[in-house]
Amino acid sequence: MRFRAKIVDLACLNHFSRVINTIAKLAKTCTLRLTVWKLYFILSDKVANGGASMWCELCQGNFFDEFQMEGVAAEHNEIYLELVPENLSRALKTAQNAKAVKIKLTNKHCPCLRVAVELPSLSSSSRIVTHDIPVRVIPRRIWNDFREPRVPDFDVSIYLPVLKTMKSVVERMKNLSNFIVIEANLSGEMNLKIETDLVSVTTHFKDLRNPPWVSEDACQSSAQDRDLESMAEARIDIKKLQQLLAGQQVNPTKALCNIVSKRIVHFILLHEDVSLQYFIPALA
Amino acid sequence: SRSAFASFLFAPLFFQLYEPRVPTPGTERFRCKVHMKSFLGVFRSLPSLEKSVGKCLILLKPRASRLVLQLHCKYGVTKTHNLAFQECEELQAVFDTQRCSSHLCAPARVLAEAVVHFPLTLAEVTLGTGPGGKISLRNYVEDEAEPSKTMVTELWLAEDEFQSVAVSPGSRITFCLKEFRGLLTFAEASNLPLTIHFDEPGRPVVFTLDDTVLEVHLVLATLSNLESDSQPPLTNGVSHLPAPSDDFPDDLESYMVALETSTSEGGPPSPTFPLRTPQPPPSDPEEEDEEDEEGAVPGTPPHKKFRSLFFGSVLTPGGPGLAPTQEVLAEDSDGEC
Repeated sequence: MRFRAKIVDLACLNHFSRVINTIAKLAKTCTLRLTVWKLYFILSDKVANGGASMWCELCQGNFFDEFQMEGVAAEHNEIYLELVPENLSRALKTAQNAKAVKIKLTNKHCPCLRVAVELPSLSSSSRIVTHDIPVRVIPRRIWNDFREPRVPDFDVSIYLPVLKTMKSVVERMKNLSNFIVIEANLSGEMNLKIETDLVSVTTHFKDLRNPPWVSEDACQSSAQDRDLESMAEARIDIKKLQQLLAGQQVNPTKALCNIVSKRIVHFILLHEDVSLQYFIPALA
Repeated sequence: SRSAFASFLFAPLFFQLYEPRVPTPGTERFRCKVHMKSFLGVFRSLPSLEKSVGKCLILLKPRASRLVLQLHCKYGVTKTHNLAFQECEELQAVFDTQRCSSHLCAPARVLAEAVVHFPLTLAEVTLGTGPGGKISLRNYVEDEAEPSKTMVTELWLAEDEFQSVAVSPGSRITFCLKEFRGLLTFAEASNLPLTIHFDEPGRPVVFTLDDTVLEVHLVLATLSNLESDSQPPLTNGVSHLPAPSDDFPDDLESYMVALETSTSEGGPPSPTFPLRTPQPPPSDPEEEDEEDEEGAVPGTPPHKKFRSLFFGSVLTPGGPGLAPTQEVLAEDSDGEC
């Protein structure tokens, strides 16, 4: 089992750092799945996370100049590691003008991801800073816990409003309440609502469009015969929503959410080479 | 906690005007202390001070027990601050940089650029000397923290980045990063090279900045050997290559075999390899006594591990007479208890 990768291009490095920063905001600990073509950051829906789960997928070719991965076995050519993404974020934080960043899985005293940052320096040799990030290797028998979540059988799917606006609304609402209701319909309307003993606040968004999902096997029937004006709603932990929005440093190409009334809200944020899905369960 | 000492000595030439007080015959030199917050409050916003203040007058009014700071500003405005002071004993850590076995001198910028890779919350850092004159900096992982869960950051500085390097190889000291950062900020701003004098672990490290009119010393306690040995060994302690080499075992095959054949139901235990080698009990009875005597000195976090016997106590007048069992690292000239 081996893993080595290298980033030489500064733009790729910045982009990768931004992805890691976003992940670090969403999960204290998460699973990194390495395959030949892709990297995945996975958070499965355990009680400890408040039931939220995450699936983030990157094509390694868009970030790394070199990428060598030899998995656990020939027929299971993948590696699953558990790590603290904040550590990776910190390691990359001061690498912004690096000549190269190498990442390697090592096992000196315990399994670590060694991030070696080569920086320009005035001396004859480059400055090299190494960060040893401890990881836990996840054994094959529990890989099933980390499968890609299915798109739920949603009631309404709608594009999100401009994230910056949505973020500032949610941040202010967070000061007033711990829970927020997201509701939306198939006419491009979305409301964000909070209600406390003293005050209730609703922000209305309209003219958002509804993404045209192509149903694979007519399984999206719950959405097809739906009254266009009828709102699907879910009451969720406001902090989780705020963390998701705060972690978005660059505007995604596409941002949408799927609401299963009173069950779950499924957010999909797509950038050119990164896709992020975040599931927030509804509370009573 | 007696684990740090700093002094900024300004020569008369630093000032536009310097009129020392004529001491009354038979009395000692005058010494006083003022509240840091009060003093800093006068110079709160440097940029605006630079624009508006023409000169600053510092006056001592002993009969009124006041230290007067008078800022003469533009447009005829004068701001007078009267700070209360307290007379105090002389506090001077006695140290001799000549007795240190290792000396390093570098522009402050080089060191500032090095410490930027460590998080601001990091308490202690370990400075080490390696093969080829290379100097390493590494974050210190406290014993209480789990080694298999803590990220370790290390970097190496080449000999040619320093103005001078005179060190004994294989030496290593751990000291408080926060205080060091403070000095670095000042050194960078004043564009002065920083000299580091150090010796064995446990002996204080001395940082100096030298100018024609200003002499700055920062003396910090360092972790003694007993604690610092429990750290993971420096990556290149025995390597022949100066830079972190690529030949670390990156094949986790054997590890995976152990993982797959593990019989525990709930998944494998966290892979913690024992990092600490069993420590022989301290053989030096003197050291043991000191630790017990000093006991728990309340203070900043590193206190309980650092040698707090930083300022020896002087019991007999007329000079530093020391109890024979005490080992004093830096004596003070008066008793400050």
